Amino acid sequence: MAAVIDSADRLPLLTRFMNNRNLMGLFFMLPAAAILLVFLTYPLGLGVWLGMTDVKVGRPGVFVGMENFTWLWEDSVFRLSIFNTFLYTVVASVIKFALGLWLAIILNNNIPIKAFIRAIVLLPFIVPTVLSALAFWWIYDSQDSVISWTLIELGFIDQTIDFLGEPNNARGAVIAANIWRGIPFVAITLLAGLQTIPQSLYEAAIIDGATEWQRFRRITLPLLTPIIAVVMTFSVLFTFTDFQLIWVMTRGGPINATHLMATLSYQRGIVGGALGEGAAIAVAMIPFLLAAILFSYFGLQNRKWQRGGRDD
Amino acid sequence: MRRYTRRQTLKTLGGAAAAAMVPTSLLTAARAFAEESPWKPEDGASIRLLRWKRFVASEEEATLALLDAFSKATGVKIRVDSEGFEDLRPKAAVAASIGSGPDIIWTIHADPHLYPDAMLDLTDVADHLGGKYGGWYPIAETYSIRKGQWIALPFCFSGNFLNYRVSQVEKAGFSKFPENTDDFLALMTELNKAGTPGGFALGNASGDGNCWAHWVLWSHGGKMVDDNDNLVLNSPETVAGLEYVAKLGKTFIPGVASWLDGHNNKAFLQGACSVTNNGISIYAAAVREGMKEISEDMDHAYWPTGPAGEPTEFHVQFPMTVYNHTKYPNACKALLAWLMEAEQYNAFMQGSVGYLSHSLKAFDDHPVWTEDPKRAVFKDTVPRSRTFAHSGSLGYAAASAFADFIVVNMVAEAALGTKTPEEAAADAHKRAERYYKI
Repeated sequence: MAAVIDSADRLPLLTRFMNNRNLMGLFFMLPAAAILLVFLTYPLGLGVWLGMTDVKVGRPGVFVGMENFTWLWEDSVFRLSIFNTFLYTVVASVIKFALGLWLAIILNNNIPIKAFIRAIVLLPFIVPTVLSALAFWWIYDSQDSVISWTLIELGFIDQTIDFLGEPNNARGAVIAANIWRGIPFVAITLLAGLQTIPQSLYEAAIIDGATEWQRFRRITLPLLTPIIAVVMTFSVLFTFTDFQLIWVMTRGGPINATHLMATLSYQRGIVGGALGEGAAIAVAMIPFLLAAILFSYFGLQNRKWQRGGRDD
Repeated sequence: MRRYTRRQTLKTLGGAAAAAMVPTSLLTAARAFAEESPWKPEDGASIRLLRWKRFVASEEEATLALLDAFSKATGVKIRVDSEGFEDLRPKAAVAASIGSGPDIIWTIHADPHLYPDAMLDLTDVADHLGGKYGGWYPIAETYSIRKGQWIALPFCFSGNFLNYRVSQVEKAGFSKFPENTDDFLALMTELNKAGTPGGFALGNASGDGNCWAHWVLWSHGGKMVDDNDNLVLNSPETVAGLEYVAKLGKTFIPGVASWLDGHNNKAFLQGACSVTNNGISIYAAAVREGMKEISEDMDHAYWPTGPAGEPTEFHVQFPMTVYNHTKYPNACKALLAWLMEAEQYNAFMQGSVGYLSHSLKAFDDHPVWTEDPKRAVFKDTVPRSRTFAHSGSLGYAAASAFADFIVVNMVAEAALGTKTPEEAAADAHKRAERYYKI
């Protein structure tokens, strides 16, 4: 035995390295790791670091510890933006999910010109956000809103609706725009999930006399949960970090009633030049985003294989 | 060096107009300037100029023609890029911080004061031009001079005045536009009663919103900071101003709370809004589109004077800045000096059709202000303007407070009645403390 080990030790270093599966594995992962490090870890780390400095655009700053965060916590506009962001995310995500699921189920049935309709459904998602935001900007216009005009012509109201001028109207209006834009993503992805559910399960259930609701509740929903978890994680992340819709339609107004953390971060960090504070606002979004991810990870992915274990 | 009086400047204008149309004579002028100029461009010089996206095509055409002529006459290569302000300003700041990038940036507000050390000293150019063209208006000097040095050239300002419908104001019982805040409130009240209300942007409108909000704050003697940058926003004067706003706000057309910079243009052009504040763009659009019922029935007016007893207006400045890192400082200086010499600046003003106003006194007599009497008020943009940092210094605190819409939000709260004037002033003061750290 000793002789064998000796000879192995005497193999050239490169050969031994090539023969070691673990080392080779690490070696092959290096490019991916480098990309993650350069394009993900570094910017994230830099963001966190900037959030703890008073750096301005074009001027280096000094480390100020948690000062930005203490300031922000006392700032009424920042607090309002947290509230707005939560309201925006929760309401929009729930409705997007409900309507998206509904749409997916409808599209999953045999309907005429199915492929065409599925393509049409994707349109809001395909149109660049800025364009759809501009369209909504017109729909919600304070003087020429098509909605107000129609309602006035029909005699339901006698004055234009102040969609973006009254705080709660404005919140509702931007949420509606976000829902319109977000539904296709949810619907099409859930549709893909629906199509993976074996038809035989439904047939067996029908033979057992299950109602439509029971089939949905006991077959569709459980088998769809993994997809739902992924879709909703992404949907929540997109909604939470939304920027373009708000920036084009309201700039965070009226009186900051629709300022999200992302828009406030931009307003202060880039437009206002307070890069450190802008970064701090962006960093303050991270805990909420992590919480959302963990919730979907532990709350919705309830099967062991989804968490890396084996199904029993 | 010839010295120009205002009269003489006026006399050269005919030639200048011809020069703008005939590139060969422009070229001759450029060659003559290159001979005379105290700044000799370096051999093989090339300049990168970054500017804001134009407001009006004719201005950009005029400017590009001038740059082209300079390039041909001196052999200096010039590359021009343009960006929207939201991209331009961070780029300018980054160029300053890393010491590379465009040689000249035509930027906005008092941005050079955020990175003064990166700016080339332009005192000689400013003195040369000031001496030749009747001097600079004081506000242009305030914007440009830091510690005795000119860190920027106050190239032009964009005027923001009251736009009104003549017939509707007359119908409300005013033969001419009110000159003080009390009469102005009376006018707005009458207009609203007559079913032809006016309105001012209350959303986060960086141009129109800031212009009108700062006017109303200053008109009653309120201001953000005193001469030594001590925060004095929460004052009886500010509250008085906001009480005035609360009354004024009741006369506004519905929907102003959501108005951004473009909304009032649209409402006015549709005939839905009788009075608002804007640059000359509403009028220019009405003329361009042949909307005679608007263009012939509208005019511009100075902002009314309030208890402060003097004009308290805010107009946006667009300075030319040269960076220390340029390899061709003399070429840059020669170019800027050339652009502001009468022949060229006249062509630039002609192309700007009133959007942009001059900062050198000699150009008061430019025909752009007289050929159409409705442009007349824009002539006085610069002498009537204050800096947004009034009456403190132009630095980070002022720039950040301005970008965060503190004054705009405060005025909007008072106008919409979501807060009392006292609360609005106190809350805005608290927000401003973040920037003017105590």
